[in-house]
Amino acid sequence: MTAQEIVDILKQRFPAAVADAAVEGLHPCVAVTPEAWHDVALFLRDDPRVAMNMLRCISGVDLHPEAEIDLFYELIAMRAPGGTARQEPRPPPSADIWQNGGTIAIRVRLPRDNPHVRSVADVWPTADWHEREAFDLLGVTFDGHPDPRRILCPDDWIGHPLRKDYEFPKEYDSIPAAAAGAASSE
Amino acid sequence: MGSILRKVALPIFLIGVAAIMGIAWAPALLCGTVDSMRDDLGTWYKWDLRGERPTLTVGNIRQYLEGSIEGQFAPAAHVRFGHSTAVAFAYVLWPLQFRITRDVLAVVGVVGFVSLFAMFAIWWERKVAARMQSRLGPMRVGGWHGWAQSLADGLKLLQKEDIFIEGADRPLFRMAAYVAFVPALGLFIALPFSAAWIARDLDVGLIFIFAMFGVGVLGVLIAGWASNNKWSMFGAMREACQMISYEIPLGFALLVPIMTVGTLRLTTIGDLQSGGFQTWLAFRNPFLLAAALLFFIAALASCKRAPFDLPEAESELVAGFHTEYSGFRWALFFFAEYAEMFAAGALAAILFFGAWHSPLPAAWGESWRHGPLWQQALHGVVFSGPLWLIGKGIFFVYVQMWLRWTLPRIRLDQVMYACVQVMLPLAMLVLLANTFWEWLVPSRSVLGMAANAVCTAVGAVAVLAIIGISIYGFVNRRRLVGTLVVKHLPGA
Amino acid sequence: MSDTDIHSQREAPPGTAPAAARELRTEEMLVNMGPQHPSTHGVLRLMLRTDGELILEAIPHIGYLHRCAEKIGENVTPVQFVPMTDRLDYLTGMNNNHGFSLAVEKLCGLEVPERGHYIRVIMCELNRIASHLVSFGCYGMDIGAFTPFLYGFREREYILDLFEATCGARLTYNYLTIGGASLDLPEGFVERLAWFLDYFEPKIDEYNNLLSFNYIFIKRTANVGVISAADALAYGLTGPCLRGSGVKWDLRRCVPYEIYDRFEFDIPVGVPGGNAGIPPEVVVGDSWSRYYVRMLEMKQSVRILRQCLKQLAGGEFRAKVPRTLKLPAGEVYLEVEGVRGQLGFLVVGENKPIPRRVKIRGPSFCNLCIVPHVCRQVLLADVPAIVGSIDVVMGEVDR
Repeated sequence: MTAQEIVDILKQRFPAAVADAAVEGLHPCVAVTPEAWHDVALFLRDDPRVAMNMLRCISGVDLHPEAEIDLFYELIAMRAPGGTARQEPRPPPSADIWQNGGTIAIRVRLPRDNPHVRSVADVWPTADWHEREAFDLLGVTFDGHPDPRRILCPDDWIGHPLRKDYEFPKEYDSIPAAAAGAASSE
Repeated sequence: MGSILRKVALPIFLIGVAAIMGIAWAPALLCGTVDSMRDDLGTWYKWDLRGERPTLTVGNIRQYLEGSIEGQFAPAAHVRFGHSTAVAFAYVLWPLQFRITRDVLAVVGVVGFVSLFAMFAIWWERKVAARMQSRLGPMRVGGWHGWAQSLADGLKLLQKEDIFIEGADRPLFRMAAYVAFVPALGLFIALPFSAAWIARDLDVGLIFIFAMFGVGVLGVLIAGWASNNKWSMFGAMREACQMISYEIPLGFALLVPIMTVGTLRLTTIGDLQSGGFQTWLAFRNPFLLAAALLFFIAALASCKRAPFDLPEAESELVAGFHTEYSGFRWALFFFAEYAEMFAAGALAAILFFGAWHSPLPAAWGESWRHGPLWQQALHGVVFSGPLWLIGKGIFFVYVQMWLRWTLPRIRLDQVMYACVQVMLPLAMLVLLANTFWEWLVPSRSVLGMAANAVCTAVGAVAVLAIIGISIYGFVNRRRLVGTLVVKHLPGA
Repeated sequence: MSDTDIHSQREAPPGTAPAAARELRTEEMLVNMGPQHPSTHGVLRLMLRTDGELILEAIPHIGYLHRCAEKIGENVTPVQFVPMTDRLDYLTGMNNNHGFSLAVEKLCGLEVPERGHYIRVIMCELNRIASHLVSFGCYGMDIGAFTPFLYGFREREYILDLFEATCGARLTYNYLTIGGASLDLPEGFVERLAWFLDYFEPKIDEYNNLLSFNYIFIKRTANVGVISAADALAYGLTGPCLRGSGVKWDLRRCVPYEIYDRFEFDIPVGVPGGNAGIPPEVVVGDSWSRYYVRMLEMKQSVRILRQCLKQLAGGEFRAKVPRTLKLPAGEVYLEVEGVRGQLGFLVVGENKPIPRRVKIRGPSFCNLCIVPHVCRQVLLADVPAIVGSIDVVMGEVDR
């Protein structure tokens, strides 16, 4: 299934939620509004035509001079040989290779100050840690996340390091954290 | 200087080993001399030997050594001593007639043996492990294959800080290392190295050793509890349940030879097997052979050696019960472990594999036992003597090391399963079968002799196979193992 | 069987104890496994909630090795970032270099010369073998067998020698770079590699006999930490962990990149016990399957390497790359089949030499997130068996 077909299905099902799609180019991508994202995610996972059964990655991109943050959800459909991916797959040892059933990236654009989006950890459990990372490094809040804590930085860390206007702390817990005169982010 | 030291290291090492053996042998020899002297003097002075023997004086001994008292065992003319030598010897021999002196000597000997053996075994285990892993192991300290590595490690450990972690129960924490070490040492009191080489020949020697094995657990338990560390706690709990469980099959396996020989005195059990290879208890009937195997496995679990090393399982429990120990206290746990390993091996040898007797019937060398010194020494090497027991013990220790560096570790539930559902029923079955066998099949009957012959053949094949494989492996070591360090790729 | 009582406990929902146990006052204990622990492969910290030896819950805490790799990526040019990728999964530097280079090349539309492709495949597959050897050895160590560890490292030494001859480094190579490789293969490399492959291939069977089919090893790992294929997909598991669950998915074959479509190789997957030499205790998706997939993958890598050596082309090894490479506006997300799973790079360019964003999808990061799900109602000794079979490298988890 090509990206165009996926976008067509999505546009048909969620005419209001799907904004613009860039299916041509290096990174086939479709923009979804934050409010509709959770429903779209459920649809993408459960619809037998699309059946995006694996969330590969969630990346947040800070578009600093503009007041927005992009979240890219990389999805892929892995198709079991001779069946849809939703089946409980128990292939015999001689089974054929699984097929690539199409890939798509979903872009969710959020306001930079106070970014909120519904968590998809209940759709794809792997989103749990990815969302925690996005929260930790970019400050995106995921509503309904089962365990909304920082993941890489210490729990009492201040700020979100991957924001473009992040100021490096001079010290952390009275330990010098950055060399004197270390450039803060440009 | 260093190179000279390195060159003479091996001779020094060998001389040291010989000297230690000599030092170990001298007290026994001297005690024997004093005993025979007493008998002699008793005859000469017309003492009533049935009653309490009177104490010899230094003067008596001097006169005897000078040859002024004639007797059955009196020194021959050519070994008679001059006056001053006789006086010196008299002062050495005089204290040896007292029991307390002999006990002190025995304790010194046991402690010395255990420490030396532990140091040797640690070095040796590292070498064994290294060879199995195609490494060299310690090679530096002392020159010849790093023989002084354990000595250096011991010195290092002595210098280390004795750390008490916060929240540890200090008195218990201190005590634990001793509670673990002392029983491991104590069981050597009743462990005969030969019929004569035993500190105290208890008539319940086996029970004593078995009890000492059991008390050792207490040290581990205390260590785990007092460390205020959860990993240590896990280790202690594992040790407790493992030891308590495995003592049951261990006990049953011990009962089998006891039932056959009818005594708990280890020297008697040992001397019953003096008639050569086929009289070793393990080869008497198939059930004793099975009991020997069960005993070895259960002893492995009791010594917490792999694959039963759960109490210290380093990939699970960091270091288990001795996680928080440092310096010499930590070393004591290791001394205890290696001492117990040797004790288990020696006990297996005493109970099942001919104790201190060689595969040759001891009767063949009976005349050497009372001959001149060199004949006595040769008798110890060829027929029966402590060297044989130590050799057999070391062999079993080697088997334990071999298993450790080969097998993965068993999980706790599997350990318990193996004990309760496999070993315990098997041990009980073997005990029952042996009971009926001893009852119904006299050893002189055709069936008894046939069983003995078959088991002996199995044992002989096993021994020959081990010797054969060892020789084959040694001869072909370059081909089988390859070089011990990684070769450079061709063209590099 | 021994496991039956434990397994029946596993079935019981947490919180319900047998009647006899309810009489006894017991307490749950929180135990910290790590960050300094022999079997957490670095600085993983697992918070274990235990009831005796039974693990009720395992919560991973990560971040002890966080080195701001992504932040550094936003401040240096891609060529300068390549050495940083070596330090992600430090056992598979070549594969990381490769993945990042491919992503940047895709963004900039660079073509790699023929010989460059082959060099890349050779290095990646060699590194895959080297990393699997470490994984094999360490897994043996997690189970309590020490000796295989040294054997694994002995063979790995040969590969590291080859890498050293090629680029001078033994761990952090910075060798495969944008546009190809930074140096050509050294003289005699092909012959030495051929010698190594002949030497190494029979060793895999030897190690299988030594460890994989050891009775105790099977007892410890088979039917432990079973991950169903559905779970594996939902938790985003990739690489040997996914294939161990029976999913025959390998990016090299399913979404071909580089020149992997030119080689013949199989995709080993976990198969149920009883089939073709697989011990009967084995269940698809258990720790043993994941481990064994790695052993089989080494064989396939040897196969690929043999074909590589046969096809190896001459010519240039690196494309002409402009000194200051401007990244065009737009983003690219590319995944390669790394050693531990799918290694993904998202590179966002904005017409500058420095990217706006570099996001790294570390396979270990995603594989590790299934630990709380699997380490439930298992024994303490199973935790190293499960975590070891997932085979995480913390450098990649924490980035």
